[in-house]
Amino acid sequence: MGSRNAHKKVVTLEEHIVEIMSDSGEGAQKCGQSFGSIAARMGNGVWTVEIIPAEIQPPARSVAGASGNRIRIGSKRVTNGGDEADVVIAFNEQVLLGRVNAGELKPGCIILLESMWAASPDPKIVSQYKETLDRLKGDGYRVYEVPMENECRKLVSDPRKGKNMFVLGMLCNLYSLDMNLAREQIAFIFGKKSEKVIRSNVGLLEAGFDWAEHNLEFGYRVPAVRATEPQLVINGNTAIALGVLASGMDICAMYPITPATSASHYLSDVFERAGGIVHQAEDEIAACAFAIGSSYAGKVAVTITSGPGYSLKQEGIGLAVMAEIPLVVVNVQRGGPSTGQPTKAEQSDLFTAMFGSHGDAPKVVMATSSIEDCFYSMITARRIAETFNMVVIVLSDASLATAQQPFPRPQFSEDWLAPPIDQNPVPEGAKPYDWDPITGLSRRFAPGQPGGMHTLTGLAHDRSSRVAYDGETNDQGMHARSLKLAALQRMLAPPKAFGGGEGDLLVVGWGSTKGAIEESVERLRAEGHKVSSLHLNFLQPMPGGIKEILGRFKHVMTVEGNWSDRPDDPLIDDTNRRYSALAMLLRARYLVDVDCWTETRGRPISPGSICNELRKRLAREEFRR
Amino acid sequence: MSTASICLNHLFDEQRALEDYQGGMPRWCKGCGDNAILAAVQRLCRDEGLKPEKTVFVSGIGCSSRLPHYMRTYGFHGIHGRALPIAEGIKMARPDLHVFVNTGDGDCCSIGAAHWIHAIRYNMNITVLLHDNHIYGLTKKQASPTSPIGTKSNTTPRGSYLDALSPLTVTLGVQNVSFVAQAVDWIPESLFQIVTAAFRHRGFSFVRILQRCPEFVGNMFEPWVHDPQRMLMLTHENGIQVSPALQKIYRNQQAHDPSDIHRAREIASSEDPIPVGILYRNPQVPCYEDLRRAGMLRTAGSIKTSLEAEFDKFTVWP
Repeated sequence: MGSRNAHKKVVTLEEHIVEIMSDSGEGAQKCGQSFGSIAARMGNGVWTVEIIPAEIQPPARSVAGASGNRIRIGSKRVTNGGDEADVVIAFNEQVLLGRVNAGELKPGCIILLESMWAASPDPKIVSQYKETLDRLKGDGYRVYEVPMENECRKLVSDPRKGKNMFVLGMLCNLYSLDMNLAREQIAFIFGKKSEKVIRSNVGLLEAGFDWAEHNLEFGYRVPAVRATEPQLVINGNTAIALGVLASGMDICAMYPITPATSASHYLSDVFERAGGIVHQAEDEIAACAFAIGSSYAGKVAVTITSGPGYSLKQEGIGLAVMAEIPLVVVNVQRGGPSTGQPTKAEQSDLFTAMFGSHGDAPKVVMATSSIEDCFYSMITARRIAETFNMVVIVLSDASLATAQQPFPRPQFSEDWLAPPIDQNPVPEGAKPYDWDPITGLSRRFAPGQPGGMHTLTGLAHDRSSRVAYDGETNDQGMHARSLKLAALQRMLAPPKAFGGGEGDLLVVGWGSTKGAIEESVERLRAEGHKVSSLHLNFLQPMPGGIKEILGRFKHVMTVEGNWSDRPDDPLIDDTNRRYSALAMLLRARYLVDVDCWTETRGRPISPGSICNELRKRLAREEFRR
Repeated sequence: MSTASICLNHLFDEQRALEDYQGGMPRWCKGCGDNAILAAVQRLCRDEGLKPEKTVFVSGIGCSSRLPHYMRTYGFHGIHGRALPIAEGIKMARPDLHVFVNTGDGDCCSIGAAHWIHAIRYNMNITVLLHDNHIYGLTKKQASPTSPIGTKSNTTPRGSYLDALSPLTVTLGVQNVSFVAQAVDWIPESLFQIVTAAFRHRGFSFVRILQRCPEFVGNMFEPWVHDPQRMLMLTHENGIQVSPALQKIYRNQQAHDPSDIHRAREIASSEDPIPVGILYRNPQVPCYEDLRRAGMLRTAGSIKTSLEAEFDKFTVWP
């Protein structure tokens, strides 16, 4: 590397948000994730979010084709993607426009823009570039033109492959990251390739660093304390897949669907080596049925899907509920209904998860609230499914699926694993549905157990699994299946409010919004507001103690990524307003006036937008009383 | 006790009677062909010495699918059309179990048709008995995909509009097909022979059984029941042989080598006479569970090792 620039002004920051945007296939994702990993190794809090176009090969230089990565780094732990970006690096001006139009950039933020387009042989491109540049400057953005292509060409013949490492070098300089860690990162990501490839990429990295050192008069430092424990840096879907492996489940049956598939991709790669199987079924229904068959005869199985697939599995889920076959179903939620927004985040499947399948079909519903939680939820889900012979739905969503966040490397425990399949003879006189009158629980008989032969059925059945046509027996089965939820509820720890135990406003959330909600609470409490939050990991059953918490706040509302009618709309009033899912559930269960604020814009809800909304409410008359 | 007498005692314990496989009292209609199928599989279980606890009968929904309730083995009476994927899950998790599927023409060829096609391709070691009565019985007489054109039913009061789907030609047209046979409920001896051959085949054994429904389509198979010459008995040294007693009645016989798929497809296309016997058998087709479970060894140690190796890939060390 070259000399240092004595005139550079380095500013110390608490946190910053960087976006790297390129055409699909130019490597912005890899650049962003590498940047996140290096920062994590330095001890920074990190949250990375993938920005993914819906098409596989969108046209080059198109607004809709923007592909990239957002990285939020901080001195402390970072729990969400944050608000608008502070710095954007763009490989062309069109992908940048997509982010500008979406309002994702902070006013006046720094833009580092590839300048090669100014010299394009195509006059249309030149004029597009100039127009955009002028517009951005006019709007007050601090735009720096960077000759990325030209600088890279000094080192490699095809800068399209490798420009991302030049950008990584720029970022390392800009954020004062340790270049030795950056070189190690390159050696790691190109580990399977030749020494020559690694050397070439390290060369680009260093060139980027040097260019930024001498051409950018500013730089930042986000102080960090090096972690003392090893951390895992993975996204939510990988965490789910690793959780499946760690839970001791043997079989995952799935059908490809965005944004859930990457969990199965990863699992397909690693599961077989560990003796497990990922079965890609012919459709979602078959995937569910296959998992049910596996669970019935062997260890608890899992099926992983997203909204439309989840809808298709409903009849199978009802069968598992009725026959009391344990099953784990993961729904990585996306925008809906129908095909909706396949790559975008939404939390619209809560009701479907709770009430889906016809008839009364009680099942357990959990929601993952962080990347770490994605991992441990799978172990918990497997255990609950097995203990209670129930279907456990785990709701994740698109915003966790591809987001990365470091968390302490889990310490393996044999307790995580499923017990071996019971093949002991069934005691004389024991029945397959010997429902306990208090808990509703019964012992499951698995094929292979002598003396346990019975025909399991989706029809109403008695304790011996004989088809029941009478109302009394039907009632007994309903009773037992419902009691199991209460039995589980008694085992759940009551949740705790975040912030303070009482106050003016309690914000309740579930799933992926935890980080953003809690950050908003911190910000508003720093402004003096008496705001707290409560986050639910179990939606069905809801743990005890919630009513008491709600009662200690003057106002209660939920923040969710699903639809709720806007009270200001002319036709909307108290008699017809559709509340968001959790708000509706809380109102029904606790008879508390729970309001809601929701967003369905396909992006993770930011702490800034939550703060804005809460400030408006806190300013209202009733809050000042 | 001497070793020999222990063995003898053991052998005695393992001897089971038909009653050991009989579950609830069948509730099919009088004269229903399902009774003949039940008798054949109970006899099969006894003669093959299947351990009841190691045997699972899986079914969907429909008259056919009540069969597991009448067995004293493990049974899985699931949901409409999904018996096959459920059975596949069972077999994948537990290859040590004998897995049978009882399904009907509506269950298999209509609502479950996608699973049927793919089950053939997976070729898991499962015995599938298609109870094909050409009509929906449990829902009270609607046309099924195998109803002959012109079948009058509650949904086709002026006769059904489309040509019947042929379960045999469809099955024989799918990659990895490994066993296809046809039986009829009114020749119990050959039904038993065919079901036994199906069970002994290692792979997806598909037996279409033409089955009478006296309640809703009582005349459907009458011409064939009353005219043995309209039955075509397939025999071969590598297939099944027709007993001397049956030979006297069913004189229309044809030698057919079950390894000949082209001839099998021709025979499958014949609706009259009705072919009975093994149309196709190929023991060489690999079973999906063998392909997927090769070397599947799950211990706490192996799980820990693979998990730690994956953690290593993503660990940021301090």
